[in-house]
Amino acid sequence: MAGSIKTNTPPRWLLAELTYACPLQCPYCSNPIDYARYQTELSTEDWLRVLTQARKMGAVQLGFSGGEPLTRQDLPELVKHARDLGYYSNLITSGYGLTEEKIIQLKEAGLDHIQVSIQASSQELNDHIAGTASFEHKKAVAHLVKKHGYPMVLCVVIHRENIHQMPEILAMAEELGADYLEIANTQYYGWAHANRDLLLPTQEQFVKAEAIAQAYKEKVEGKMKIYYVVPDFYEDRPKACMNGWGTTFLTIAPDGVALPCHSARELPGLDCPNVNDYSIEEIWNESKAFNFFRGKDWMKEPCRSCDEQDKDFGGCHCQAYLLTGDMYNADPVCSKSPHHGVIQEAIDAAAQSSLAANEKPLIFRNSKNSRLLS
Amino acid sequence: MPLDLDQPIHFSRTHRLQWEEAQQKQVILYPEGMVELNQSSAEILKLCDGTRTVAQIVSDLEQKFATAGLTNDVTAFLEVAIQNGWINQN
Repeated sequence: MAGSIKTNTPPRWLLAELTYACPLQCPYCSNPIDYARYQTELSTEDWLRVLTQARKMGAVQLGFSGGEPLTRQDLPELVKHARDLGYYSNLITSGYGLTEEKIIQLKEAGLDHIQVSIQASSQELNDHIAGTASFEHKKAVAHLVKKHGYPMVLCVVIHRENIHQMPEILAMAEELGADYLEIANTQYYGWAHANRDLLLPTQEQFVKAEAIAQAYKEKVEGKMKIYYVVPDFYEDRPKACMNGWGTTFLTIAPDGVALPCHSARELPGLDCPNVNDYSIEEIWNESKAFNFFRGKDWMKEPCRSCDEQDKDFGGCHCQAYLLTGDMYNADPVCSKSPHHGVIQEAIDAAAQSSLAANEKPLIFRNSKNSRLLS
Repeated sequence: MPLDLDQPIHFSRTHRLQWEEAQQKQVILYPEGMVELNQSSAEILKLCDGTRTVAQIVSDLEQKFATAGLTNDVTAFLEVAIQNGWINQN
């Protein structure tokens, strides 16, 4: 085991993935490709216990996510328990199936914030990407969220199909009264990795879209904050993965598996523990998975001798694994990585694919495709 | 948004000010984020209850901590706070 148990910082962020069930089929979903294999879901009692244990350790931000968390009938009960414990709870939803009655019920239970995702600024493209007719309903939900006094984050995932809509996306967020707009450039894991050739924009498209978003930031200052999640394929240094492995973030998957990051399920040999077998404290402090990349003992060159190792911790292990086959390698986004060339190859392949006459179709995220691909 | 010296200040309705036992600190919570506060910042924010102006906050703090000359520090912090949306005036 790498790292040192006694210096662990406690978890601050608990991501509760309540279910993999989702009425949407977004082709960049961050759930694992083989999610259909994991059919069991934690019971209400299990979740209540997990929330209590993680809060006791110091977790304070809580995300109810999925899948679509609204498909869990016990959501109001979980929200109420979270509020009683002092969590700041965030509902991360597609908005699909959210009614005014439910919005009021969740407010009364103590929900602090609702993040609504919209796939595009036009009905046609939104409904195509979501794989579900949902655009008008999402906009109605956004208005209701504001009507009932919640702070609202509007989240739009950006990729080649919608990047040209940046001006309209910004105007839509302002019109809907979003307090925060998260412009999330697609990160290429899970389903997005499988669809990368069809989703990855060109550098020229990114530069143009980013300039538009930055200019809008000034226009709406004091009214709407814009979070811009950078497209790391066009950076020359990797992101600081999870703020450091096992330092801040704790994800619990629908079946109770505890993950140091929501993609870690795809990494080999971590033996991620289940909350049915261990307490959160045991998982956080003692499990093999959470100690795997703690500290620096795991590092190979160029990370081992790099003067930026405390800044980005070697980047993202899931990306290193997906793109180089070895999760101990530096994130190949880093220009110091000997594997950095794979990033340019991916960019070139995506550009080629967009020019090809017989472009292959997007693989939508649904149980049938999940079973086919696993 | 500039700080108005004549208007009372209230803590934002879309943020939460809370004592965190695990960190032994007051924190501000907001969508998917948290700011840890030092003691003096927390003392200032606790007085932003919609009834006090900047001058009243300063005088209450000077009285509570038996000191003087806090105007510049308190005003500077409140300007940052209003920029960040932690407090409002209306």
